[in-house]
Amino acid sequence: MDSKPTNIDKSYLADYTLHLADSSLIMGHRLSEWTGHGPMIEQDIAISNIALDLIGQARNFYQYAAEIINLENTEKKITEDDLAYLRDTFEFKNFLITELPNGDWAQTIGKIFFFSTWQFYFYQKLIYSSDKQLSAIADKSLKEVTYHVKWSSDWVMRLGDGTDESRKRLVTAIEYLWPYTGEMFVPAEFESNNEDQVNVDVSSIKKDWHDKVSCVSAEATLALPTNTWMQSGGKKGIHTEHLGYILAEMQYLQRTYPGLEW
Amino acid sequence: MGPQQLLEKFNARIEQDIRIEPKDWMPDDYRKTLIRQISQHAHSEIVGMLPEANWITRAPSLKRKAILLAKVQDEAGHGLYLYCAAETLNISRETMIEQLLSGQAKYSSIFNYPTISWADMGAIGWLVDGAAIMNQVPLCRASYGPYARGMVRICKEESFHQRQGYEILLTLCRGSKEQKAMAQDALNRWWWPSLMMFGPNDDQSPHTAQSMKWKIKRFSNDELRQKFVDICKQQADILGITIPDPDLKWNDERGHYDFGEINWGEFWNVVNGNGPCNKERLAAKIKAHEDGAWVREAALVFAAKQKKKNSDKEVKLETV
Amino acid sequence: MDQKKEEPLWEVFIRSRQGLEHKHAGSLHAADAQMAIENARDVYTRRMEGVSIWVVESKYIHATNPDEAESFFEPANDKIYRHPTFYDLPDELKYM
Repeated sequence: MDSKPTNIDKSYLADYTLHLADSSLIMGHRLSEWTGHGPMIEQDIAISNIALDLIGQARNFYQYAAEIINLENTEKKITEDDLAYLRDTFEFKNFLITELPNGDWAQTIGKIFFFSTWQFYFYQKLIYSSDKQLSAIADKSLKEVTYHVKWSSDWVMRLGDGTDESRKRLVTAIEYLWPYTGEMFVPAEFESNNEDQVNVDVSSIKKDWHDKVSCVSAEATLALPTNTWMQSGGKKGIHTEHLGYILAEMQYLQRTYPGLEW
Repeated sequence: MGPQQLLEKFNARIEQDIRIEPKDWMPDDYRKTLIRQISQHAHSEIVGMLPEANWITRAPSLKRKAILLAKVQDEAGHGLYLYCAAETLNISRETMIEQLLSGQAKYSSIFNYPTISWADMGAIGWLVDGAAIMNQVPLCRASYGPYARGMVRICKEESFHQRQGYEILLTLCRGSKEQKAMAQDALNRWWWPSLMMFGPNDDQSPHTAQSMKWKIKRFSNDELRQKFVDICKQQADILGITIPDPDLKWNDERGHYDFGEINWGEFWNVVNGNGPCNKERLAAKIKAHEDGAWVREAALVFAAKQKKKNSDKEVKLETV
Repeated sequence: MDQKKEEPLWEVFIRSRQGLEHKHAGSLHAADAQMAIENARDVYTRRMEGVSIWVVESKYIHATNPDEAESFFEPANDKIYRHPTFYDLPDELKYM
């Protein structure tokens, strides 16, 4: 997307919206890998519900991003699917944590817990965005995410205070995931300018997130890692090796047969 | 009441179309037949998730991805309703799952065929769900209450499954040459296995007569299969693809389509474990079950700890 | 029921909208009440079927014995005077 200087805000807005779309999509995509393979049918259904919510959120953001981009784009109108299926890894702006493998049930629970808790505080602020559309999507998504936080917190407690094995697995998962939580609170270039009150200052939700995560962990009789070194790059398009494989799989039909209806 | 009286009362209820409920007396064979049929049906839903789940991560648009995910999730729900219906007959879910994973219990053979192109998602929705619905609608009136009620819920939810499949094929058939070829190829591969879903011919079907007498089944395998063929022919014409059966033609006298002989050799081979994916399907379910063992155990241990904590609290309160 | 070490069975009751009673929707397995409620939400309200959920562990439900159904329920058969249609009143009578 070429952005003319006069239009810099629109370009920021598109990138911002894409970042939110990408995180929800990649997280939902990963969770959908569980469908048919969960530890019991009831949990198979539960995790598929979360995946569906996230894919729904992604679609709302992509549709809005397409609208923004199409304002400038007079030749061919792009769609939500162009944005999801025809961009490459370096254009994806999702958090790294969303693209990490599901691993075992503990790792997946950890991913959902960290990410949905972030979404919970984030959407609470995005509701007050001066951008009406973002605000509306946040309002709808917040209800879904509130449940994801509750559901995953319950599982964190169950695994943390369950058997020795479940506890060990959860501790391992949290240690693995922890370095990927830092970038959620560091503003990217497209969210650094907030004169028009469109985006959320993500550094401002760090404390709430940390308090909530600590509180649930304490109830689960777990201590959080103390290391402060953090991975980053997702929002800038610098990803782990995992994203390439996700996109290769997800985009294969659109790439093999370009320009068709499905 | 003596055994003869109980049996007479049971038969009279069946005769008058009064539903049998879990605590009612029922003949042992009736119970066994139901457990076999309902658990087989539940296993089919659960194993049936796999060939479609296979394509969730490759669905070609966000809309299709959401629809497919919702559909496969529904199948998990249907498996669950059916396991619960079977549990009212005094068999635990754990036992049924063990029977599935050990290969002792059967599930619908159709799910042992591979899904190798996107068009297969269309063909499964249209043909496999179509055949399933044809089997299932009469089961909403099955004589056993919990089974019938489960089927009512399932049929309600399934109504979108077949439509989404047909719509996938319709889009492909109206699309590029490659897409249409993809649709035709899927029909070629799924047509005959779909006809096999209705089970052996009536004269070869050991359980049909008794099941019909007990009003668990309301129509025979061949009756339902004929109905299915009649409906599909017209639907294939609308798509503009050809059913792979040179003997398929209208028979004015019968008022039905005649169709070719089913390859029963293939049918029995797949039933007996030699289908293209039998081993993969079972292996996937075994892996999920084994990988999930520590999760289920942790949940139980946590629940027990919580219960103890709460009762300790109560004791403390009383002593205060 | 054969005894296996598995999550116990729960019965689920759902109020489909405000003003209606909770109605039996089906069953499911869960380790505890909290999980049972969440599972019920995910399993039985995917299509906006409910606004409130009750769960109760199946083993706590007590039921009438079908063998006694006749003595329990048939004696109500001949008490037709409990039903309003039993009474023969003039058509002109209003508001009753």
